[in-house]
Amino acid sequence: MPENKFNGFTNYGIGIGLRSPHYDHILSRKPVVDWFEIISENFMIDGGRPLHILDQILEQYKVVQHGVSMYFGSAEKPNREHLRRLKELVKRTKTPWLTDHLCWGSVDGRYTHDLLPMPYTFEAARLTARNVREVRDFLEVPIAVENVSSYAEFHVSEMTEWEFLNEVAERSDCGILLDVNNIYVSSQNHSFNPFDYVNSVPAERVAQIHIAGHSKFQKYILDTHDHPVIDPVWKLYERAIQRAGHTATLLEWDDSIPSFQEVHREAKKANRFLADTSLAVAV
Amino acid sequence: MKLATLQRAVARAVMQPLTRSERMKRSAPGGGRMSTYAARYIKPNDRLTSFERLEIYNRQYWLRVLGALAEDFPGLRAVLGGQWFESMCKAYLTECPSRSFTLRNLGARLESWLRQNPSWMRDRQALALDMVRLEWADIEAFDGQAKPPLRSEDLREMQSPQLRLALQPYVQLLELRYPVDDLLLAVKHGEDTADFTSNAIQERKKRSKVRAVAKLEPAQIFLAVHRLDFSVYFRRIEPEDFALLGALRSGKTIERAIEFAFRKSAVPAADRAAFVQHSFQTWATLGWFCRPEEKHARRESPREKGIARNHE
Repeated sequence: MPENKFNGFTNYGIGIGLRSPHYDHILSRKPVVDWFEIISENFMIDGGRPLHILDQILEQYKVVQHGVSMYFGSAEKPNREHLRRLKELVKRTKTPWLTDHLCWGSVDGRYTHDLLPMPYTFEAARLTARNVREVRDFLEVPIAVENVSSYAEFHVSEMTEWEFLNEVAERSDCGILLDVNNIYVSSQNHSFNPFDYVNSVPAERVAQIHIAGHSKFQKYILDTHDHPVIDPVWKLYERAIQRAGHTATLLEWDDSIPSFQEVHREAKKANRFLADTSLAVAV
Repeated sequence: MKLATLQRAVARAVMQPLTRSERMKRSAPGGGRMSTYAARYIKPNDRLTSFERLEIYNRQYWLRVLGALAEDFPGLRAVLGGQWFESMCKAYLTECPSRSFTLRNLGARLESWLRQNPSWMRDRQALALDMVRLEWADIEAFDGQAKPPLRSEDLREMQSPQLRLALQPYVQLLELRYPVDDLLLAVKHGEDTADFTSNAIQERKKRSKVRAVAKLEPAQIFLAVHRLDFSVYFRRIEPEDFALLGALRSGKTIERAIEFAFRKSAVPAADRAAFVQHSFQTWATLGWFCRPEEKHARRESPREKGIARNHE
């Protein structure tokens, strides 16, 4: 189950996000890490230090690409220049699968650089699936879409978020990057049971799982990736891997980034749950 | 409601400037009350109104894009002052929102926009323009393309005076009216050490930065912004170097580029050969040369074309 067509039939284990404050440590100490996730946009450039670092990382580690601006859910079709640059990077990294968010963020060629929530409508699911298929066909690599944290819901929605995710995944036959922190954040912001979400996701489509920390405000929770993972999120993770099996897991830590060792230690806590899941089946 | 219609409406609200107190405006894009506008699209919940939920995205948008510009243009911020810089950025981003998938390109149109809106540079127009040009060149030099450098065997083939050299795309050439390179380095150095200093020291640094800007006198400089071992450097060059490099970049032959470089030069004729030799040696050592593009290679003199045909 964890090795499926949506993650290139790999079984990658526990990874962490590759972030610039850790470059020196990684390149000089060469710590044992199962894999790194890179933010594609940081390396969709013509040259210079970022690509030099990436090439050194690629010599020693497995790398998976994660994007933040493909905007599968935008009404317009994917930007061709974006796709061309992304394909160059895919060839460089040989990423076995590629992920980006189930959201929108650009309109008429103007970019918000945010992960804006989708209206959960059948029209949006159809257009999003069209975009996912187009990206996959262009890049020739499996695609997994990630559920985002959200702070708003639209009146026009015709289904729940997880029904929408499933609709898009089915229509485009893509994988799912299940972010259990995002599920938790959204469940608090929109008052739903996060286990309903995890239990509804087609386990056979889960290519990867994200875990992360967040920030709690008086009236809502913000997905800030600047804290350790909290227990309720670990419980969702436990449930997710009970269903999906020993799935490639990645810890995101993007702000107030601590030492490499601390981030890696936090990520490896996932081992507590992964140890018993090698024979997991979807229930 | 069509997806495109909803997204256009929400994006307009998200990208609308905030109030002075960094809250979402009470008036909606195109008129009317923002609370009504938000309620048309967004559900309230038991803790937040539609307005408040939309406001989270509105504030996040501005936090993100203003933060990106502040990170990319610390020198311009020092020249204009923090508050004025932020107001200028808001005006710029309102007129020139991002048209790229990457925040790296957010400041790509800032120089041209400032030229069209000079009042945003107050009484420091020349200084501000120099600084924004230098900071954009810094970005371009950092991750610009590097072609394979010219090899010694390439040079051996280049005996003809009609031959051309190309410059690495990441090398940026600037003619500036102020020595903003020193100022930018001072500003960046101050930022690098800020985390480790007390508030009092940071205040002193801030005051000294302001004094540095206020004291900066005009002085024409020529600069090559380049990178070496993946770090960006600002290298001052002579006016003749600047003209020579510019001419090579534009596709002139080496011979014509040298002629062009010394047209108005004060360098005595007897010293020019040594000057050129030293310059070329330095640039070759820094890896600035690469083979010219095919379009330049093909743009040969009629005499050379004749030779080529004879070979065929």
